[in-house]
Amino acid sequence: MGTFIDEFGTIWGAFLATLSLTVVSGALALVWGTLLAVMRVSPVGPLRTFGTGYVELVRNTPLTVMFFFWVFVAPSIGFVPPLGFWIAVIAMTLYTSSFVCEALRSGVNSVGVGQAEAARSIGLTFGQTLSQVVLPQAWRTAIPPLISVLIAHTKNTSVAAGFAYFELVASMQRLTNKHPADGIVIFFGIGLMYLVITIPLGLLAARIERKVAFAR
Amino acid sequence: MSGSILYDAPGPRAKRLDRTLNIVFSLVFVGVVAWIGYSFWQRDIFNDRWAVLWEGARGQTPADVWGSLARGLGRTLLAAGIAAPIAMLIGAGIAIIRRGARSRWASAPPTVLTELARGLPVLLLMFLAKLVFGWPFLWSVVFGLVVYNAAVVAEILRAGLAALPKGQREAGLSIGLSTMRTTLIIELPQAVRIMLPALISQLVVLLKDTSLGFIIAYEELLRTMKLNSEFFGSESRIVFFTVGAGIYILINMSVSRLATFVERRLREGGGGKGLEPPEIGPAGPIPQSGVGGPAREEGAHAGDPVFGAGRRPESRPIPQRRPGDDDEGERRRQAYLGDPTAQSLRHNTRTGDSR
Repeated sequence: MGTFIDEFGTIWGAFLATLSLTVVSGALALVWGTLLAVMRVSPVGPLRTFGTGYVELVRNTPLTVMFFFWVFVAPSIGFVPPLGFWIAVIAMTLYTSSFVCEALRSGVNSVGVGQAEAARSIGLTFGQTLSQVVLPQAWRTAIPPLISVLIAHTKNTSVAAGFAYFELVASMQRLTNKHPADGIVIFFGIGLMYLVITIPLGLLAARIERKVAFAR
Repeated sequence: MSGSILYDAPGPRAKRLDRTLNIVFSLVFVGVVAWIGYSFWQRDIFNDRWAVLWEGARGQTPADVWGSLARGLGRTLLAAGIAAPIAMLIGAGIAIIRRGARSRWASAPPTVLTELARGLPVLLLMFLAKLVFGWPFLWSVVFGLVVYNAAVVAEILRAGLAALPKGQREAGLSIGLSTMRTTLIIELPQAVRIMLPALISQLVVLLKDTSLGFIIAYEELLRTMKLNSEFFGSESRIVFFTVGAGIYILINMSVSRLATFVERRLREGGGGKGLEPPEIGPAGPIPQSGVGGPAREEGAHAGDPVFGAGRRPESRPIPQRRPGDDDEGERRRQAYLGDPTAQSLRHNTRTGDSR
């Protein structure tokens, strides 16, 4: 227990690193994922094909392989992103956005057919139908799965530990090497820091789900 | 399919616009691909570095190269093959205890444990096994995969059990089975059946998570790719990455397809009619991976009979009654029109036996 308190400075720094990576790449993934979702339901064929292809490809790629590409392969084909934080942001954003897209798309699919038909019949265009009628309702169903995507996203940031970014799991590695006898304490301490982020998100999800529960 | 309700069947103007947009975006994509290809060509990406795959290099034959990749893949599949059955068994065990236990004392610890295991990164668990317990690489990977996936499987099965009709449990209890046996031999087989697609999707997550072994230096497919590209020089990195990533994507895509296929079959027929897979909420059950989210076709609405299946609800004619009709008249009318529930009137009036 003493070790955890002594090393709390290191752990706190690592926690902030995890948190900032989670927030920055999470926000970017929400934006890019929404764009992908709009592409996937749009009337323009090539955009739909692109969206579907992107999601299928990324969803079936392990996150570690995604990181591997940006860290080891991209430089050899002439693209050199700054190592550490920004590489992690790029990889996490591209990866999580495909799951954001799927969550949003399932939300759009859950809006009653009649809603879109009604919007069409009073003469709204595709853009108006989507932004005024369908998306506002889709959000309600999409938010709970979106939060579960974000919880997974939080835990996924741990992969950055293997690619030169010092966050919580990397700090566990360092501290365990420094204090081999206190491994268990350090493990639970680090685990606690993750739970500090994920448990509130989970509670929020449960609450929102209860609040927006409605019969369709 | 999903978007078709958002816009009408196009008229002449919309068709023109559609065609224009199609052409414009197709040109944009072709342009981007061509530009990438050109810049690759300028950087000599398409030179003889790819020959390592069929001619070998540095004294290695192509068989050596592919052999080492195959051994890497073998170790990936080995870790997944050990972890998956263990995780399924433990997960099922936890679900049974949580459902069948009569006292809260027996069901509370598994609940807390699954919640904890689901909230921790898989990589952290692998490091726990490797650094703290000092286990060998393979077993560290297996440990991380088992702890996390057992918890998720338990949650999936719990959702499946909760979605069963109440009568199943009541029937089991009423013929004198204990709660535990009822859960085990009556409810669990049905829960597994309706949650089969989710369980298969979880397999994809597990397969993807084996690549975390790369970080703790387990020599699986990704690590083999790295070692090969180090041996053959940095030029060969993209070669081995293309091959390795291709293998991962191919395997995961086929397992995902299997899940979708099973889901469709379950929905369209078979003995499980009336058993709809439950909706998958957020706090709820489903595969949010150590490294992923739901890898399924319909995502959160897998069980939605209307939109999940891409078809509209069946409609049934509303029975019409004219003013002044009494019940008997209504029954006769329906019998005449062929309502099956009223058939006794037509065929079986003699005994008065209503079937």
